[in-house]
Amino acid sequence: MGKTLYDKLWNAHLVDQDKNGNALLYIDRQLIHEVTSPQAFEGLKIANRKPWRASANLAVADHNIPTVNRNKGIPDPISALQINTLIMNCKDFNVPYIPIDDVRQGIVHVVGPEQGATLPGMTIVCGDSHTATHGALGSLAFGIGTSEVEHVLATQCLIQKKSKNMLVLVNGKLQKGVTAKDLVLQIIKKIGTAGGTGYTIEFAGDTIKDLSIEARMTVCNMAIEAGARAGIIAPDNKTIKYLENRPFAPKGKNLKRAIKYWKTLYSDSDAEFQNIIQLDANSVIPQITWGTSPEMSLNVGEKIPINKSNGSNNALKYMGLSGGDSLADYKLDKIFIGSCTNSRIEDLRSAATIIKGKKVAENIKLAMVVPGSGEVKRQAEVEGLHKIFINAGFEWRDPGCSMCLAMNADKLEPGERCASTSNRNFEGRQGHGGRTHLVSPIMAAAAAVKGHFIDVREIMDQV
Amino acid sequence: MKKFQNFKGIVVPLDRSNVDTDAIIPKQFLKSVKRTGFGPNLFDEWRYLDKGEPGISIKERPLNNNFVLNQERYQGASILLTKKNFGCGSSREHAPWAILDYGIKSIIASSFADIFYNNCFKNGILPIVLEQREIENLFEKVKKNDGFNIHIDLVRQSIKLSSGYLISFEVDKYKKSCLINGLDEISQTLEKKDKIFSFEKKYKNVNPWLFEEIQI
Repeated sequence: MGKTLYDKLWNAHLVDQDKNGNALLYIDRQLIHEVTSPQAFEGLKIANRKPWRASANLAVADHNIPTVNRNKGIPDPISALQINTLIMNCKDFNVPYIPIDDVRQGIVHVVGPEQGATLPGMTIVCGDSHTATHGALGSLAFGIGTSEVEHVLATQCLIQKKSKNMLVLVNGKLQKGVTAKDLVLQIIKKIGTAGGTGYTIEFAGDTIKDLSIEARMTVCNMAIEAGARAGIIAPDNKTIKYLENRPFAPKGKNLKRAIKYWKTLYSDSDAEFQNIIQLDANSVIPQITWGTSPEMSLNVGEKIPINKSNGSNNALKYMGLSGGDSLADYKLDKIFIGSCTNSRIEDLRSAATIIKGKKVAENIKLAMVVPGSGEVKRQAEVEGLHKIFINAGFEWRDPGCSMCLAMNADKLEPGERCASTSNRNFEGRQGHGGRTHLVSPIMAAAAAVKGHFIDVREIMDQV
Repeated sequence: MKKFQNFKGIVVPLDRSNVDTDAIIPKQFLKSVKRTGFGPNLFDEWRYLDKGEPGISIKERPLNNNFVLNQERYQGASILLTKKNFGCGSSREHAPWAILDYGIKSIIASSFADIFYNNCFKNGILPIVLEQREIENLFEKVKKNDGFNIHIDLVRQSIKLSSGYLISFEVDKYKKSCLINGLDEISQTLEKKDKIFSFEKKYKNVNPWLFEEIQI
């Protein structure tokens, strides 16, 4: 019987396996950030252990750092301590670290692929659930806890049980104004927020093949919001082209060898999936989440559901919404374009096309663009995108996780309503009492201009 | 890690599905570089009426008396009973650290999110998955009986109610043995270091590009 892409990736990294299916899996790359690593390094120190292969790791601070006035240092002393702890740990253990003032600094899941530090065929882990992002390049990438971060540092391996295989097959063409974000929100709505638990999801089909590598990252990024630790997409010529000349990607003879291997990374036609979900891309329309779980999303224009269960009732109450209303009736307070889901150059380009020549609505207290990395920011400035945003009334910030999880100063105040291109609308996620609606970058841009949600396709037709 | 021992404890019911790790421990508390001290801020946004920040003493904060953890009858609880997909969202191990620090030793739910489930075992917490029917049954009993407690026996993989009613549960053998013996997984893996070395040698020959040094 044939093998799935996940089977192949798994088998290639299998060091050992016991009769109960507990496997020792070799890890090629660990990405490290300041929030989930200090206790792991401390554990190494206490046990007097060294990293197995320090250069297999790459560290960068992203969760906690300010996105303004960075040259003035980090005002919050607790955040500063955490970031300094990362710097010291990387120094003490010889772990490669990208400094805060380096143009390559950014969100770890933007930086990895951008620098060619994450490659097809790799196993990639990070103490962050959105590690699934890197699966877009054809790698097995998943989030882990801090104890596992320490385990990988010390042994270059993880003890794992194999997941089941799920195939999400998407065919057809995404309509104008419909993005990878809308597609993945639609998929999550269909599978449910726990529907992918225990599975690795492979995304395939014509629609996925047609997506750019960055758009594929948006899709894989949110696999975890459907409960799956990993989402993967088979590498193809687009993947290879994307990786050419990236700083840490292989070159010359090694690249040729790598490509030969990467071309074997696909699911065989007779491979078996325990679960197959099919979706018609033509039918997907822009999505807006209304509730406090990413599965609670609406087609734009659809009415807010009348509460049916305890969960929906809690969500409506928290979000300050009435069932039966239209989301367009509610004024927005803040706009956030950023996060490891939607902060890459293509996201900024698409948002800028909507914003160009327009102004942020008066009721919007803050509209901000937080590029995913210094490189994204630099590229956007080369293209003049920053001017489009700034002229419209957006703030143009420095890279980091920012208001996706609001660990730094960028946050919602209680009751504030936000159109956000991030990945989680949980209670309090973007700030105590804050109300998050997840959308695509162009939907967020359109909402910024109008001051409330609209169907972005209406103003695209005017362009 | 401390050895997990069979114990009897009070059950506290959290009647919600999809409880995420942001709810278990909000992000402002993740700035700590320690593994301990998170207990007072477990479920912070539900437990207190004001906004919690690191460094603020909980003694000065207004409690949300409607929240189960604040109710008299559940004081001293060491078992959390909840619904499906508990621990979804972020991979933060601060979530099980907060649960443990509060004094919860076992969580019973109809399902767990994968990363959270694994993180529990690394910290000596036993997550137990039961069928929906048993979960509903336990919720009913907790609500009816003040001080409702159960006995959890990991060796026999069973839960015993004071009425004598027994519920058995499944747990992976390796994870069970790590909990019972308080084993450090890293030491266990390092016992296989020859296997890792030999795998790495062969692997490097086939995939040399994966071993190029990263120079910042």
